[in-house]
Amino acid sequence: MAKLKVALYWAASCGGCEISILDIGAKILEFVEGADIVFWPAAMDFKYADVEAMEDDSIDVTLFNGAIRTQENEDVAKLLRKKSKVLVAYGSCAYEGCIPGLANVTDRKGIFERAYGTTPTTKNPKNVRPQTTTKVPEGELHLPEFYDTVKTLAQTVDVDYFVPGCPPTGEKTWEVLQAVLAGQLPEKGSVVGAGVKTVCDECPRTKNEKRIKEFYRPHLKIPEPDTCLLEQGIFCAGFATRDGCGAQCIQVNMPCRGCYGPPPQVIDQGAKMVSALGSIIDAEDPEEINRILDQIPNPISYFYRFGLPLSILRRRIMK
Amino acid sequence: MKRITVDPITRLEGHGKIEIFLDKAGDVANVYFQVPELRGFEKFCEGHPVEELPRITTRICGVCPEAHHMASAKACDAVYGVEIPSAGRKIRELMYSAFYVTDHATHFYILGGPDFVVGPEADPAQRNILGVIAKVGKEAGLKVINARHALHSVIKMLGGRTVHPVNALPGGVSKSINEEERQQIEAVAKEAVDFGQWSLKLFDDIVLANKQYVDLILSDAYAHQTYSIGTVDENNHINCYDGQLRVVDQQGKEFAKFWAADYQKHLEEHVEPWTYLKFPYLKKVGWKGLQDGPDSGVYKATPLSRLNAAEGMATPIAQEHYQRFYDTLGGKPVHATLATHWARLIELMYAAERMMELVQDPEITSPQVRTVPTETPREGVGQVEAPRGTLIHHYITDENGIVEKVNLIVGTTNNNAAICMSLKKAAQGVIKKGQKVSQGLLNLVEMAFRAYDPCLACATHSLPGQMPLTVEIRDHRRRLVETISRS
Repeated sequence: MAKLKVALYWAASCGGCEISILDIGAKILEFVEGADIVFWPAAMDFKYADVEAMEDDSIDVTLFNGAIRTQENEDVAKLLRKKSKVLVAYGSCAYEGCIPGLANVTDRKGIFERAYGTTPTTKNPKNVRPQTTTKVPEGELHLPEFYDTVKTLAQTVDVDYFVPGCPPTGEKTWEVLQAVLAGQLPEKGSVVGAGVKTVCDECPRTKNEKRIKEFYRPHLKIPEPDTCLLEQGIFCAGFATRDGCGAQCIQVNMPCRGCYGPPPQVIDQGAKMVSALGSIIDAEDPEEINRILDQIPNPISYFYRFGLPLSILRRRIMK
Repeated sequence: MKRITVDPITRLEGHGKIEIFLDKAGDVANVYFQVPELRGFEKFCEGHPVEELPRITTRICGVCPEAHHMASAKACDAVYGVEIPSAGRKIRELMYSAFYVTDHATHFYILGGPDFVVGPEADPAQRNILGVIAKVGKEAGLKVINARHALHSVIKMLGGRTVHPVNALPGGVSKSINEEERQQIEAVAKEAVDFGQWSLKLFDDIVLANKQYVDLILSDAYAHQTYSIGTVDENNHINCYDGQLRVVDQQGKEFAKFWAADYQKHLEEHVEPWTYLKFPYLKKVGWKGLQDGPDSGVYKATPLSRLNAAEGMATPIAQEHYQRFYDTLGGKPVHATLATHWARLIELMYAAERMMELVQDPEITSPQVRTVPTETPREGVGQVEAPRGTLIHHYITDENGIVEKVNLIVGTTNNNAAICMSLKKAAQGVIKKGQKVSQGLLNLVEMAFRAYDPCLACATHSLPGQMPLTVEIRDHRRRLVETISRS
């Protein structure tokens, strides 16, 4: 049997997804026995021209991580879509926009003003901004356009599968790679490499009825070791987050922030959190309810940490 | 003018592109190193609760999230004016040391090392970690993979996750360790010390024993006379987690020494329109463009510059190698960019020894690992030595700890000017008129940036993307003559 041809690519992201692939450890050797990696810029010397020269559909599977932030991200997404039989949105950025997607509360102008203008160490008397085309004495130089809005991979090209997680854990990545090798991927459009319940279902802490009178920010309260963090008033997104990570943040006493995305049947992870809050706040008086809700310091930060571009909100309205 | 484009440049973290312009005669006229990405953390972190930034800014870089996590947590400590318990500080440094070993190993074996182990002009299909394994043997390859794996398990135990740990928060860390966990970490620390010595031996056997490589390292094409910066302890020994920033000049003489809180007095950043990445420089010297020498504020922040900026290593085995490094390369300071690979392994050795010291510290299992802040938050600076250079997080908040302003000076960004200069010089050194520009020659150019282990994901926090390399060759009329890729 011919070896599978696999590509890995990194768009607007941090590189953690690439490290998570290395996190499968010695199994990477097992993987490359069954698959040839034909493009992986972070680790191998193949160039865009190599990919352009490939026949359409000649890559069996591409694991694409990163959101779409620039023209270059979009161009490579389209190129790899054309060259790949199966395109996987690997990790939270490609799937739902993730932390880079928090930039959808601002736009290019806002980001450029801060980065190249008002940061205190920036000295820029002529108010220079990076340009898509710059004339230099030797010729012209080009930069890809920086977009106003961060998009997910599926908002840009057709995607076959989604792997959640920031980043996906090594164990779950290995499950996905094994399914790739064995040709046992489920129906198109599925979320793979994760469970079908919520983080609460894999959390070892004891859960009772949740009746919350006060919220505490994580640095202001040392939690009891064995009780549900949310019951103790530390906002934890586990109940609105797909399982698969092993409740790993909670194991070191820190609340879940939702990086595995919405559980099955939930369209908008943040809306799910907001609606659940209504049922757990222990107050009747509207003023008292408002006082408790005001203890949530920033709804985007708590409810849409990883999924703003995928959410119904998408971004702040452009003027 | 003839033009060569390398796009994307490969075996690095992030995106990048190199444009080489040749003059009429066919010699290198100029080289541009462009970073085509930015993400905007300095803007979109505004409005978030400050204690969440150690969990948000990790996503600047998934290769060195521990560095951002620590710098961010230290900035938060400063924002709240909170003194963290001694055991909490030690757990942070223990995790950071484990991270340093694995991160430097990632660079040496996966990103930069293949150039030496497999060969700088080898078949590009072999010039990667799999080629390294083919050359040094599967057993040795497994040793590298297993060492990384064990160290990541320590990071997970302490920080909750192998990538993007979450345990550091304003006032300390969220979890202490018990004796059983301590023993597991101690076993990994012992392996790490062995791994460090084994790696240095490998470097001896493969690189230093090969005269051609030593000549390459010492060749003028890979040298620059710049300032060097690094963090030192009270004895002017390297410390990666905490200390003062020390700058030495081209001769190794101390130029400045300061706490990170004063960084604005010493560092400034320049903007060019053809790259998304800014150019930091020493404020007191000034920006004079892409040039080296004492009148140019360009500095380097790399393992090599940390060795240059310090007066020694705080642990015995690393100190031995520190001595040998300077004895072999002709005394202090060393400006040979490719010697950075060796310096990186000496730091790996130090981090492994430091990990051992910390895990054997009787206080490390203390349950007192965090203090709940009580002061009104306002402003703070946190700094660590990231593997790729000094890293500064600076936050200003309102009285509720909601972020108003963020400024970041990130490891690789420090080296932007130096990388640009190194690429130009290397290109001028290896590309000669009338000679065919082969992929092997281009890789010799790429080696000039790879020595910096550039992390353009980090560097472009304020911008986004990946750093593979394309070379476009343009003739003197600026027509594209040839695009060279590695096929």
